[in-house]
Amino acid sequence: MTRTIDLTLKVWRQKTADARGGFETLHATNISTDMSFLEMLDVVNDQLTLDGKEPIAFDSDCREGICGQCGAVVNGHPHGHQKGTTLCQLHMRHFNNGDTIVIEPFRARAFKLVRDLVIDRGALDGIIQAGGYISVNAGGAPDANTIPVSQEKADLAMDAAACIGCGACVAACPNASAMLFVSAKVSHLALLPQGKPEAARRALAMVRRMDELCFGNCSNERECEAECPKEISIVNIARLNREFIKAGFFSAVR
Amino acid sequence: MNWLTNTLGTSIGKKLMMAVTGLSFIGFLTLHLAGNLSIYGGPEAFNAYAEKLHSLGPVLVAAEWILLALALVHIATGLLLFVQNLSARPQRYRVNKSGGGRTIGSATMPYTGLLILLFVIFHLANFSFVDKSHTTIFDVVSRAFADPVYVAIYIAAMVVVALHVSHGFWSLFQTLGLNHPKYMPAITVVGTILSLVFGIGFGFLPIYFSFFA
Repeated sequence: MTRTIDLTLKVWRQKTADARGGFETLHATNISTDMSFLEMLDVVNDQLTLDGKEPIAFDSDCREGICGQCGAVVNGHPHGHQKGTTLCQLHMRHFNNGDTIVIEPFRARAFKLVRDLVIDRGALDGIIQAGGYISVNAGGAPDANTIPVSQEKADLAMDAAACIGCGACVAACPNASAMLFVSAKVSHLALLPQGKPEAARRALAMVRRMDELCFGNCSNERECEAECPKEISIVNIARLNREFIKAGFFSAVR
Repeated sequence: MNWLTNTLGTSIGKKLMMAVTGLSFIGFLTLHLAGNLSIYGGPEAFNAYAEKLHSLGPVLVAAEWILLALALVHIATGLLLFVQNLSARPQRYRVNKSGGGRTIGSATMPYTGLLILLFVIFHLANFSFVDKSHTTIFDVVSRAFADPVYVAIYIAAMVVVALHVSHGFWSLFQTLGLNHPKYMPAITVVGTILSLVFGIGFGFLPIYFSFFA
């Protein structure tokens, strides 16, 4: 039988980027524990709409943890307290009847708040535009194994490429640094032969753009790794540091 | 040289400066502690060690100026990083929970750093910039540690140093990109051991003076 719970929500409400925001207390009643966190918000929004009030604005898209669109800080944890999942994969069975849940947007100077829980993560796109790509035309699919890649390298690249760009690392970082994101994007290209020719230019350009966009500086607090829904390791940050040192001091790229 | 300032001016560049200068201070603390162990040999041994150190003359002066330069870089860069990091999140969270990554050491780095700066000034004023023409360094130190307030300040300062090193050591290797699946576990263990060695090694000296010397 389906269990239902009643919750008190303290949700950040803010009409526009420049408006004054504040916490609104809402009640979520008769919430099925089989629901995801976003479905719970849908139910609350239905009721708000029926009551003639503004529904809570929040982002979501695939609702299966692969698009990186959803995300909010739930009781102090980006994507909620459950490890290795996005907010849409967090289910209400992980909460108890009568719980108070504080829901806040991802906060960083580089992420401008759009409305309520919706933020503009365009800054992450800006970092990608600075160099998170390969400029050569890849042409048709090459024959298998024309470029040998060891399984270990392929695995590491794939682990880094699992980053969905949700911004939870920035939200979790005490310094609002985007180093885990940048390191994942630099790593998955730097590890593979296709990414090597532009590795130096990429590392410098992406780090400089990250700084220009007013993200904080990494201080190796490891909160990003702990909260990342894709469990991207800070080993990637060390790799980014290595790539940056190589590019900054030993390459001809300025 | 534009490329150099461009590289060192980035966030990673600043962290590299913190890492390299920090590693130098680890080296300094190790030498300082090794030298201080001569205290256990009694007044003669300690005074002889101090004399030997000062007989190095220009080498010692050069080392002191280099340490001062490293300290200025470490402090200025650290403060800049601290201010930038604060301003990177103008609106704080109402509920702030750790996902399990931070430690007391990592969360307090800027604060322990500033406390260490205050302590170093206090420490130099106590033992370095004093008139030693009619006394020995052993007497200066043992007179200071006759005062329980000094003992307390020095022990507290060493706890702060231990906290700073507990995060700083492994962190500097991570920043230098020296993270390796085979060596990183050893580096974190060495970091913990070093912080304990510095904390207990230096921290026990005032206790030794007030009870045994």
